Amino acid sequence: MSDQTTEQAPVGESNVPHPTDEAGIQHAVDAALAAIEAAGDLNELKEARLAHTGEKSALSLANRQIGKLDKSEKAVAGKLVGGARGRVNKALAARTVVLEEAEAARILIEETVDVTAAARRRRVGARHPLSVLQDRVADIFVGMGWEIAEGPEVESEWFNFDALNFKPDHPAREMQDTFFVEPADAHLVLRTHTSPVQVRSMLERDVPVYVLCPGRTFRTDELDATHTPVFHQFEGLAVDKGLTMADLRGTLEHFARQMFGAEAQIRLRPAYFPFTEPSAELDIWHPGAKGGPRWIEWGGCGMINPNVLRAAGIDPEEYSGFAFGMGIERTLMFRNDVPDMHDMIEGDIRFSQHFGMEI
Amino acid sequence: MRIPLSWLREYAQVPADASAEDVMADLVKVGLEEEDVHRPSDELSGPIVVGQVLSLEKEVASNGKTINWCQVRVVPEGAEQTLAGKGIDPSGVQGIVCGAHNFVEGDKVVVTLPGAVLPGDFKISPRKTYGHTSAGMIASSRELGIGDDHDGIIVLSRLGLDPQLGTDVMELFGLDDQAAEINVTPDRGYCFSIRGVAREYALATGTSFTDPASKVVVSDAAEAGHEVVLADEAPIYGVPGCTRFVTREVNGIDPSRPTPRWMASRLQLAGMRSISLVVDISNYVMLELGAPLHFYDADKLTGAITVRRAAAGEKLTTLDDKERELSVEDLLITDESGAIGIAGVMGGAATEVSHSTSRVLIEAAHFDAVSIGRSRRRHKLPSEASKRFERGVDPRIMQIAAQRAVDLLVELAGGTETAKVTDAGQIPADTTIQLPAGFAGALVGVDYTDEQTITALEGIGASVEQNSEGFAVTAPSWRPDLAIKEDLVEEVARVVGYDQIPATLPVAPPGRGLTRTQSQRRRLLQGLADAGLTEVLNYPFVSEAQNSTFGAAQAGTEVKSISLANPISKEFRFLRTSLLPGLLETARRNIGRGFRDLALYEGGLVFLPGEQLGSSVLPPLGAKPSDEVLAELFNGVPNQPWHLAAVLTGREATPAAGFAPRAWDWADALDAAYCAANILGVELEVAQGSHQAFHPGRVAALKVAGEIVGYAGELHPALLKDADLPARTVAMELDAAAMMAAAPAVVVAQQHLSTQPLATQDVALVVDQDVVAGDVRDAVREGAGELLEDIALFDVYQGQGIEDGKKSLAFGLRFRAADRTLTADEASEARAAAVAVATEKFGASQR
Repeated sequence: MSDQTTEQAPVGESNVPHPTDEAGIQHAVDAALAAIEAAGDLNELKEARLAHTGEKSALSLANRQIGKLDKSEKAVAGKLVGGARGRVNKALAARTVVLEEAEAARILIEETVDVTAAARRRRVGARHPLSVLQDRVADIFVGMGWEIAEGPEVESEWFNFDALNFKPDHPAREMQDTFFVEPADAHLVLRTHTSPVQVRSMLERDVPVYVLCPGRTFRTDELDATHTPVFHQFEGLAVDKGLTMADLRGTLEHFARQMFGAEAQIRLRPAYFPFTEPSAELDIWHPGAKGGPRWIEWGGCGMINPNVLRAAGIDPEEYSGFAFGMGIERTLMFRNDVPDMHDMIEGDIRFSQHFGMEI
Repeated sequence: MRIPLSWLREYAQVPADASAEDVMADLVKVGLEEEDVHRPSDELSGPIVVGQVLSLEKEVASNGKTINWCQVRVVPEGAEQTLAGKGIDPSGVQGIVCGAHNFVEGDKVVVTLPGAVLPGDFKISPRKTYGHTSAGMIASSRELGIGDDHDGIIVLSRLGLDPQLGTDVMELFGLDDQAAEINVTPDRGYCFSIRGVAREYALATGTSFTDPASKVVVSDAAEAGHEVVLADEAPIYGVPGCTRFVTREVNGIDPSRPTPRWMASRLQLAGMRSISLVVDISNYVMLELGAPLHFYDADKLTGAITVRRAAAGEKLTTLDDKERELSVEDLLITDESGAIGIAGVMGGAATEVSHSTSRVLIEAAHFDAVSIGRSRRRHKLPSEASKRFERGVDPRIMQIAAQRAVDLLVELAGGTETAKVTDAGQIPADTTIQLPAGFAGALVGVDYTDEQTITALEGIGASVEQNSEGFAVTAPSWRPDLAIKEDLVEEVARVVGYDQIPATLPVAPPGRGLTRTQSQRRRLLQGLADAGLTEVLNYPFVSEAQNSTFGAAQAGTEVKSISLANPISKEFRFLRTSLLPGLLETARRNIGRGFRDLALYEGGLVFLPGEQLGSSVLPPLGAKPSDEVLAELFNGVPNQPWHLAAVLTGREATPAAGFAPRAWDWADALDAAYCAANILGVELEVAQGSHQAFHPGRVAALKVAGEIVGYAGELHPALLKDADLPARTVAMELDAAAMMAAAPAVVVAQQHLSTQPLATQDVALVVDQDVVAGDVRDAVREGAGELLEDIALFDVYQGQGIEDGKKSLAFGLRFRAADRTLTADEASEARAAAVAVATEKFGASQR
């Protein structure tokens, strides 16, 4: 055994310094401080604490002897031993903090995990992008003070055609590729457009009417990359005093910019729809189109034909109105670059999950 | 409609260098939408020239085939070959091997020289064949892509052509021409003609227009023509089927005359086949003037022509050699032998012109659009004629069109004009519309000047008279679509230009935002997505079997459902009464693509017809029906409630290192339903259910306020097996519309959230095993009284220590008072009271 270890070894009764022995007490303190400093972890520190502050430690035993001293010595000894114990305890406390911090740090390092190995525990859900886009369109118009109106998918032929000024036997009626409900004399169809909601909305409300009608529509097209027999449209309708085609244009322009950015523009081309006169095709200048900005056919619009207003009991001499309609699928196709209609209708979870909840 | 530019240029100022794309870009401004471009030169390029066969040596090749080794002069005698290139002989004479045998020495033919490219990217170059170097090809019409002639190569003399050697065949055959294809909307029948499109082109470009009708000089034929009787005794909507019927006669036609190349080229570019000169002339006049004509072999007609409706059981063999059963609604052209044509749709075989016809009777008639449309649909006979009649033909063009045909038959077919003319019927009165001053501007939002208004309307062919209130506008005879003042507004707006319309934003009255139902639906759809389910949108088309399985809880119940008259698939001709068939199909599709762990949902309408399906009333357009009629219409529209459904199969997530996800089970289906109910704030009552599509022991009937709103649980194992879906697939479906309606309009807050300490007590009750936990829980709740804050079933036990046929249900009870700390005695008393009720109701004993 070396001298050093001899010094740090627990002190026996014979090694106990006299409580007034300044050098002896200092020696015990030095030994304690060295042991505390040498402690590498909390266990070693505990050993040092027991050895140097425990009941059988030199300082404790010296302290115990104070009581037997003369009154004159007591004060000196008390101060000497008390101070010594205080220094040791302070060192112990300081070393404890250091070692506890080191221990905590070690545990944290030991607990390190491979975050890249984590499993996805919560199932990821998703709305269908067509349904989200429909909400988005609705929100833009609600923001303009418009109402959202809806109607049935199996619709009376009168609302789907006649009320919209489709004359019986007119080629336009046939061009709608209608699904008819059996029997024919029930005069029910799967609505071919959301336009029947126009007339329903006008019948249900007092003028002025500003409504947007989103919904599912049907035509007898075979499914291919750009057609589906079941699809979605949204239809806008405004009836008020003095509405003009300029108001139509302004509304569409505002809407287009909400959907496609401030750079978006619209273009109207003459067209024909039985329920509007004048009528127009609507093209949009899509600044973000794949392959560069360009004009894209977006929908149809026009000033409501007076016969449609009359069908809803509104006097066309007093009121005018405009209407427009676009396809949601088509909008999603060119806005979000969906190349094939199949992706929208097959319900492949990858399609919806890719989009997130807000598109 | 395809517009050959060479034809358009005859009547409109189309720049010489304008392409089909340029023309379409102009036409789109006035509302004729661009469709396509047809340009033979995109597939065919020269040098292709006229050559003359100088010599022709027949040689039998080793394969037994006889070929002709020809020397063909391709520049005029004495002239120099100006073309250069590999394989083009400077002498002007090409050696060419030709396998066809329909020509002789001296014939002028079409020579595709080396360097030419034929359709199918067939490049002509000198090549060694049959022991010679063949420097070019003598072409057939098929090789040029202009016909499907099987008779060998083109011999120009047989086309009536004798051009100079070396002439460019692209030009000679009109192959340098191109056509703009435009989409014509149903109101613009007049644009199914060069005449109409030329006028529109002039309007679009502000250039001048020559009316092709004005170039035709109708001769004063004065002799009584073929007798024609208009005898429609059953007009549709009161409109006579035939309002005008003009005939002319041309004799002495030479049936051997070929169709001139310029005409054939234009017809082909316009999308029609060249058939024979006489037939081609009738098509040519139709394309040019928009008037469908019919030519009869006059020698095959028997007596007077009568236009009448068909008799019951009458039949006709049309010129496509099909015998057709006629309907009493079909308008017929008849002679004394019977029916000889379905008016405006297709002629009969017996009187059609043939290669031996020398006398032609020309019919230029005006038929009612509705009548023609119905016959066309009935017989599935869309024709160029019916297409035009259905969209309206100019009733004033009949004499002119007939004369144009006469002129062409005389000029090209060697015929002789006769003085015989019939003009039966009348020209309908003109339509005059009053356009109030300022009306167009007020509707469009552009201040049109009077001059702009008048110029635009005169431009479309109307005559305009300014009066004190505005303008009296007489619509042109070819515009039956112009009927109301708004129609005229569109004409003014489009001629002046839609690009002149400014943008203003109208202000709607203050709005209410989404309705309650709309918000609820959004929250439901979003809530299930947030809960980890994926929304899909399925077609609503199902089979009868699917509806009867999913549409009624008890097997054998009749499920009323709506069927389509013209479905995409006959099997799936019914509209869904449940969302589950579509969801299961989508689940199967995803599984097929390798996704076995799925949670899918859909919100959408189901179709539940009631007592009244539809309505026989169909009120007229342009007027508001009476309240009774409207009520009848509304009542006829079947109930279409909005449902919400989910299908879960496989596991809740994908397993991974250190993570073993659960398999979905019946309780997850129930949980999805609870999720929906929580979103709406409605209390869902759950009871043991019974539904044929579900496992008989694992289905919950879901109720709101005592009414069933849906089912949730494990699908029937047999059904899953039949549908090829994984076992233990679970599902739920809710009548979400009913739940939304039941949701409180305003939720009243829970009063006083007590901050007093919680006292918990557990109790285990032994009951018969067929007593359901929910009922016991309800009894405990009832017995525990006011102090009970919450109750949870935490264990169900059967086995050692429990009598056979019994089970132990362990509940955790949470007690709390509003105003004080509960003593242990108070909690125990409440617990004892709870047990007492359970004992009384279900014979429960404490374990």
